[in-house]
Amino acid sequence: MNKTVNQKAWFFVIPVFVLVAFNAIIPLMTVVNYAFQETFGNNVFMWEGTRWFKQIMLSERFHASLGRQFLFTFIILFIQIPLGIAIALTMPKEGIGVPVCLVLMSMPLLIPWNVVGAMWNIFALPDIGFLGHSLNALGFDYNFTQQIGDAWFTTILMDVWHWTSLVVLLSYAGLRSIQPAYYQAAEIDGASRWAIFTKIELPKMKKVLTIAILLRFMDSFMIYTEPFVLTGGGPGNATAFLSIDLVKMALGQFDLGPAAAMSLIYFFIVLLVCWVFYTLMMRNEEKS
Amino acid sequence: MKKAKWVVPTIYIIFLMLPIYWLLNMSFKTTTEIINTYTLWPQEFTLDNYKKIFTDRTWYTGYLNSIYYVVMNTVISVAAALPAAYAFSRYKFLGDKHLFFWLLTNRMAPPAVFALPFFQFYSSVNLFDTHVAVALSHCLFNIPLAVWILEGFMSSVPKELDETAYVDGYSFWRFFFKIFIPTITAGIGITMFFCFMFSWVELLLAKTLTAVAAKPIAATMTRTASTSGYELGLLAAAGSLTIIPGAIVIYFVRNYIAKGFALGRV
Repeated sequence: MNKTVNQKAWFFVIPVFVLVAFNAIIPLMTVVNYAFQETFGNNVFMWEGTRWFKQIMLSERFHASLGRQFLFTFIILFIQIPLGIAIALTMPKEGIGVPVCLVLMSMPLLIPWNVVGAMWNIFALPDIGFLGHSLNALGFDYNFTQQIGDAWFTTILMDVWHWTSLVVLLSYAGLRSIQPAYYQAAEIDGASRWAIFTKIELPKMKKVLTIAILLRFMDSFMIYTEPFVLTGGGPGNATAFLSIDLVKMALGQFDLGPAAAMSLIYFFIVLLVCWVFYTLMMRNEEKS
Repeated sequence: MKKAKWVVPTIYIIFLMLPIYWLLNMSFKTTTEIINTYTLWPQEFTLDNYKKIFTDRTWYTGYLNSIYYVVMNTVISVAAALPAAYAFSRYKFLGDKHLFFWLLTNRMAPPAVFALPFFQFYSSVNLFDTHVAVALSHCLFNIPLAVWILEGFMSSVPKELDETAYVDGYSFWRFFFKIFIPTITAGIGITMFFCFMFSWVELLLAKTLTAVAAKPIAATMTRTASTSGYELGLLAAAGSLTIIPGAIVIYFVRNYIAKGFALGRV
């Protein structure tokens, strides 16, 4: 759409700008304030420069939690995106099946995150949980509170359970926007199922898939509540992802300086990845 | 092939329902049964857990608090986002692209980063432990999302609609409320759904900004789990009840979702 230049449009944006700035800029400045100074309470601050940043960048604890975070995010993107597309492709296109699928599949998205954690905790308990009990009955030695591998398995399974539906819903939206004429043309040409997928469906889903990947990246990178309730970051520090580690540092140990520096580095990483995605997305949109 | 297509969604839905069933199953059991035996369905069916929640003030006010701030946040977010999304979809103005990206960055900010400054900030303006504080803080991620979704819907409405209305002598606001908003109800429905969803499920900020008066149900649950031992049945019942508002909202917007998805944006 060709837009007209109109500077008065700023008046429409002001309420949003004020509300978000109120919430974003003031707290962010507080974080910046802590990141460069040392405080002993009572509003007494001492300038520390980049000391906290150096400390965090060199700390093994940060490297470890950052590594865990990237590993987790890659694993869940690797599972959820293909799985979501596959489910969207097999979903019914008309009839009573559509609302039934949509409603049932949206269910996990609307459960408060700590309830998700609590639910999976109950579900996976080795003695009284369905998952834990079944796995042990099948001869696996499963205990997610004590074994690192099991803790990771449960956390990933929980996230797949929780968020794959978002990818499904978005992919389904993309598929629905394809006109039947494309499929008819493909049929006349005798295209294989695979060809239809790669040549018609995938290009048409590109836009929604970018949104899906972007949302899943952001949210999995910020994950806090679910693993906190499920494993508490344990056993040991095995599932202490960035946010969990950060909250532990800021509110648990009250190391405000390092925690603030870590916050900024953390935010910067998310921002960088999202900026790359966003630029690619906008470029695609301009092309099409 | 036709029949086989049903298999994948069915298996997926069963996988989704299993943990929910297990939670419901636990909520109808007595504590002794939960601790002593492993049963696939309640042997001694009991409603005691639910009774406790509906009669104990600390429990049911948690629900009211949550619903109160979620609704407040949804209304604020959509009301503020409507004119902004219109501006982004119709006009070019100084710094529009940067502003749009800046808004999106707030959707990307990890709440864990903001938890402590939010606490200090809302305490200093005397809003700590109020519903308004939680509703406002959730604007941080819901407004950008609302602008993003609404902008998509508004861009799919041809500009000729605006121009025709002006030619017919409509003033801007009359056009906006009488013609424009009714044409994008599906989009508004979806936006409200997403705002409701993200405000309802968020806990970290809601918990940090409240103590007693505005404490959300989800926080009541965590505190119960840690203070009065491990009352699994009660916890399961409270958890099951938190699913209901979401289910009701999905049921009401299900047609909008199908329609909105046909337009190609979330």
